Amino acid sequence: MSLDKTDVEKIAHLARLAIDDDAIPDYARDLTNIFKLVEQMEQVDTSDITPMAHPLDAHQRLRSDVVKETDQRELFQSIAPKTAAGVYLVPQVIE
Amino acid sequence: MHNKSLSELSASLQSGEFSSVELTQHYLDRINKHNAGLNAFITVADDHALQQAQAADLRLQQKTAGKLTGIPLAHKDIFCTQGLRTSCASKMLDNFISPYDATVVEKINAAGMVTLGKTNMDEFAMGSSNETSFYGAVKNPWDLERVPGGSSGGSAATIAARLAPIATGTDTGGSIRQPASLCNLTGLKPTYGRVSRYGMIAFASSLDQAGPMASSAEDAALLLNEMAGFDERDSTSVERDVPDYTTNLNDSLEGLKIGLPKEFFDDGLDSDVAATIDAAIKMYQSLGATVKEITLPNTALSVPTYYVVAPAECSSNLSRMDGVRFGHRCDDPKDLDDLYFRSRGEGFGEEVKRRIMIGTYALSAGYYDAYYLKAQQCRRLISDDFKQAFNNVDVIMGPTAPTTAFKMGEKTDDPVAMYLADIYTISTNLAGLPGMSIPAGFVGGLPVGLQLIGNYFEEAKLLNIAHKYQQATDWHQQTPEAFK
Repeated sequence: MSLDKTDVEKIAHLARLAIDDDAIPDYARDLTNIFKLVEQMEQVDTSDITPMAHPLDAHQRLRSDVVKETDQRELFQSIAPKTAAGVYLVPQVIE
Repeated sequence: MHNKSLSELSASLQSGEFSSVELTQHYLDRINKHNAGLNAFITVADDHALQQAQAADLRLQQKTAGKLTGIPLAHKDIFCTQGLRTSCASKMLDNFISPYDATVVEKINAAGMVTLGKTNMDEFAMGSSNETSFYGAVKNPWDLERVPGGSSGGSAATIAARLAPIATGTDTGGSIRQPASLCNLTGLKPTYGRVSRYGMIAFASSLDQAGPMASSAEDAALLLNEMAGFDERDSTSVERDVPDYTTNLNDSLEGLKIGLPKEFFDDGLDSDVAATIDAAIKMYQSLGATVKEITLPNTALSVPTYYVVAPAECSSNLSRMDGVRFGHRCDDPKDLDDLYFRSRGEGFGEEVKRRIMIGTYALSAGYYDAYYLKAQQCRRLISDDFKQAFNNVDVIMGPTAPTTAFKMGEKTDDPVAMYLADIYTISTNLAGLPGMSIPAGFVGGLPVGLQLIGNYFEEAKLLNIAHKYQQATDWHQQTPEAFK
């Protein structure tokens, strides 16, 4: 598989990453090489193999639905780029 | 002071030979003197450390101290530390001060240890040379023109140069073991789930595991005693008792069955490194172990599999870095999309962007089966190889890395060449098994690490196997000339 400029732009868009136009050929080359490495997986037949989601085949642990954490909004928002009246501020979305 | 083991330091603190404040100041002075040349620390926590040392001295006076109370250590800058910057070596988190402590940090603080600072690393732990850090590369104390390995390269350089007696690290594909190998240290990646991931900034959640990086197996055992244990705040933490990892250190190795996977001794292995590993295996035979060739037939699949699983998980984990609630935000975003795109574009370095893009593509519509599902199937094959092997042997041994420390810049233009530097360590993470690297000798003045892989939850046995070797050899006691 070979990735071109359009592919790289599409992937960067999906990942919400601004990348420099100048850097696109390098990304295309590097990502193509990495996917060539990855495609070595195709040499093995895995049709009957159960995918492995967890090394110990553990299951999701459940807990009772009780409130344990206290409200720490001010502490958590003290490191935010921009807040007002207890909410996180971003540029206006709806006209 | 800086050449003592943790047990010796503990005894000196308990007997009053020196105080924790004196010991901490000694290490802070060494950091002051040497860090500019090594770039091992991102943040040095002078005041914070001395305060913790004073509190430790009080506990020592009141006889309420534990074994490690008053002993300084360094944390990889991936562990959240309340009130102390946690950057993960990224511009994205350059201004991030965590509102809480990671469980590992909380437990180590409770033991009364002193945090000297936060060590440099590859950005978001993505790298094998510590060259992807936003704060610049770390130098290997054994040769300043060479890399210390990665991603826990700052922790490795710190201990190798004796700027701290011990440090924490994390290992997603070899990030504790490979730098330990390149810097002549003892590093242990525990079984997946043994140490809590809570507050450890996530890279690839199904692979990440924290562990100790130390000068000896005995020191590593002492720190693992504090790090390990169930944590309800980590959904994959394992509910299982933690043994005292020092209890069995001196058990005899008589009859120990060592498996040598032939795939770990292939053409990619440097011949001098191979000879060093052979000599280490012979030493184990003289200690009573028997050796048997085994096969892990899917080893070649491990790097391709890893470079789907890890980037897929990282692209998901790093989506939280969006410039809204914490971390870097671009100047004057014109709309919400612009805020996301530019904050992430400016905040992440090249390697992190590459991995996010690989993961994004692998998980995108239409490609899931071909990449992620296929990789999870290959992962099962790799894991089954180990299960087979452990039916016949007690421990698997081989090289930790194919070469000694390489030159800075040597692999930075070729991501695939860099990825292949982890060929012997990645499969252990995919299987979730515990692995270690211990000093086994030198080639051209550069350290070589022997890798030990154990069955699930056999950290105590690995530490025993490592300790017995360290009783019979002195490789682990060698320190680079300039940092004695």
